[in-house]
Amino acid sequence: MAPALACRPAPATLRPMAAPTTLFEKIWRQHCVVERDDGQALLWIDRHLCHEGSFHAFDKLAHSGRKVRRPDLTFAVADHYVPTRDRAAGPRDPEIATMIRLLGQNAAANGVRLFGLDDPDQGIVHVVAPELGLTQPGITLVCGDSHTSTHGAFGALAFGIGASEVAHVLATQALWQKRPRTLRVSVDGRLGAHVTAKDLILAVIARIGADGAAGHVVEYAGEAVRALSMEARMTVCNMTIEAGGRAGMIAPDDTTFDWLHGRRYAPKGADWDAALVDWRGLASDPEAMFDREIVLDAAAIAPTVTWGTSPEHALPVTATVPDPAAEPDAGRRATLAAALAYMDLAPGTPLDGIAVDRVFIGSCTNARLDDLRAAAAVLKDRRAAVPLMVVPGSSAVKRAAEAEGLDRVFVAAGAEWLDSGCSMCAATNGDMVAPGQRCASTTNRNFRGRQGPGARTHLMSPAMAAAAAVTGRITDVRRLAS
Amino acid sequence: MTPFDTLTAPAVPLRLANVDTDQLLPGRFLRKPRSDGYDNYLFHDVRRGPDGTPRPDFPLNDPRWAGAPILVADRNFGGGSSREGAVYALVDAGIRAVIAPSFGDIFYSNAIKNGLLPIRLPIAEVERLWAIAEADSTAPLTIDLTARTVRPANAEPVGFEIDAFHRACLLAGTDDIDLTLAHADALAGFERADHAARSWRVPSA
Repeated sequence: MAPALACRPAPATLRPMAAPTTLFEKIWRQHCVVERDDGQALLWIDRHLCHEGSFHAFDKLAHSGRKVRRPDLTFAVADHYVPTRDRAAGPRDPEIATMIRLLGQNAAANGVRLFGLDDPDQGIVHVVAPELGLTQPGITLVCGDSHTSTHGAFGALAFGIGASEVAHVLATQALWQKRPRTLRVSVDGRLGAHVTAKDLILAVIARIGADGAAGHVVEYAGEAVRALSMEARMTVCNMTIEAGGRAGMIAPDDTTFDWLHGRRYAPKGADWDAALVDWRGLASDPEAMFDREIVLDAAAIAPTVTWGTSPEHALPVTATVPDPAAEPDAGRRATLAAALAYMDLAPGTPLDGIAVDRVFIGSCTNARLDDLRAAAAVLKDRRAAVPLMVVPGSSAVKRAAEAEGLDRVFVAAGAEWLDSGCSMCAATNGDMVAPGQRCASTTNRNFRGRQGPGARTHLMSPAMAAAAAVTGRITDVRRLAS
Repeated sequence: MTPFDTLTAPAVPLRLANVDTDQLLPGRFLRKPRSDGYDNYLFHDVRRGPDGTPRPDFPLNDPRWAGAPILVADRNFGGGSSREGAVYALVDAGIRAVIAPSFGDIFYSNAIKNGLLPIRLPIAEVERLWAIAEADSTAPLTIDLTARTVRPANAEPVGFEIDAFHRACLLAGTDDIDLTLAHADALAGFERADHAARSWRVPSA
């Protein structure tokens, strides 16, 4: 039985905006179908992305006898379970093969456009959708994956949802949400040489904690953020979820519009002109108020790596492994000690110099063309001292990288140059770090067992991961580059 | 889903922060059908040693708290991925409520959808509940969702906040697709008006 609570039309549909508003509020108001007295709003969803893991939701839908309401706004991409090697042979594990087959069946049964294993535009859903121009400023976008926050880089309101909510969006093209609070993270000044978007976002997470942005939509602003490329902005927004944030956003600007123009699903001709007018009005008004504000100095951010089992366990590469004994709170002391035990690290050990067993360059966080260029610049004319896997974020990224010869740099360095997918970030396709092995990784989560049971993950930028490959140790890339 | 009203039962103390979704349900089990039950995957790797045998020091392996349907954990419980399987694993293992100072947002939402009650309490209250459960593993907690209270035996109840909508859904065991379809006219009206104003937003190749 549904709780009977009053509904009223969303305010924005009745009266013009008066007070200065944030980017988030503008999108929220424009998409509010009904708002209830208890603060819940039914939001219209412009874009719904699915992947193999959406099978639970398609199952729910089928069991309830419902159909996809708007297949034209729904897109399916195979990424979590796709093989990165011997793709032509298909997945060896029958359960994994079933996952990919189910996505195809569910997409076909519901009239949803599929970018499947054999599609030239297959890749990681959070790389593919922007590439195809599906991700646009001002839209609401959801996907059953927490790194959906990536798409906020275009000034969209994008967030991850669970299977029940996926089923809800499939059936209704809308979603009940409680209005989140807003947090602005301003990064003043310019990032230093070899300091990247990954270092910036790791520094933010270390500062506010893995739940520091819980219940908030984060808007990134400031000179350092404005200066970032679209690829770098996606890296920042991608990891907002690692600070617990509901969504990350960056106001769209000419960098955004230039990137988007001419992409397959972007508006064209007169539609583009109309869209541009709309998009140029999206940025937060200068006087808009946020519930919280944080300011960082870009120049103070160094290449950053994680040492523990949460993304909040991040420090400049010049630092040493922290000592739990220095932590006054007993609970935190025990948590730190457990993290160090899992990571097999002793307090006081310099991060720069920790030996790694392998390196992974990939994921929706850091496997776009810019990322591969940064890694290749470090690896050029060098050899990897440990096994190195490079997994492009999409098949299109792979082709573009090969067109400019990056694949030859990786292969000459001894790396495996593989096909696109989530691979060793999600470790659901069988690409795993062996138990006890230490991996320098451009991914987003250093959780226990994330990259495989017993795997030890150190998160870092593509350039830092390349440097670790060259020396076999966590290495300050600034030293290697100079 | 099973409605949640009141529950009087013992609680398992889990003195861990950042119990992320990958600890709750390792990614390699996400391909398993729900019909098989997810209970065996709960904390699969965390509760076992490298040789695969159960770790006696992990509270959920401790016979003293066997069958206790309430978990009391530290901050950022369920942070990380959107996998609803993390909630399925808890629910299928008989967990009906989790108490912690903070939760991952997506986990929290997934929990509500599956009749698992997430309760935010300040760390001082969590510490008190840990101490009670550790002193007497059979000590019952009473959770009253209507009154929004948690009460240890022979102690004063402590209140908790929960969104009225979430509480109503849990009390009723609601499928919110039905709730949404009650707004079908508003939804269709919005759809038409939005399309008229911004037809360029519908993607076409």
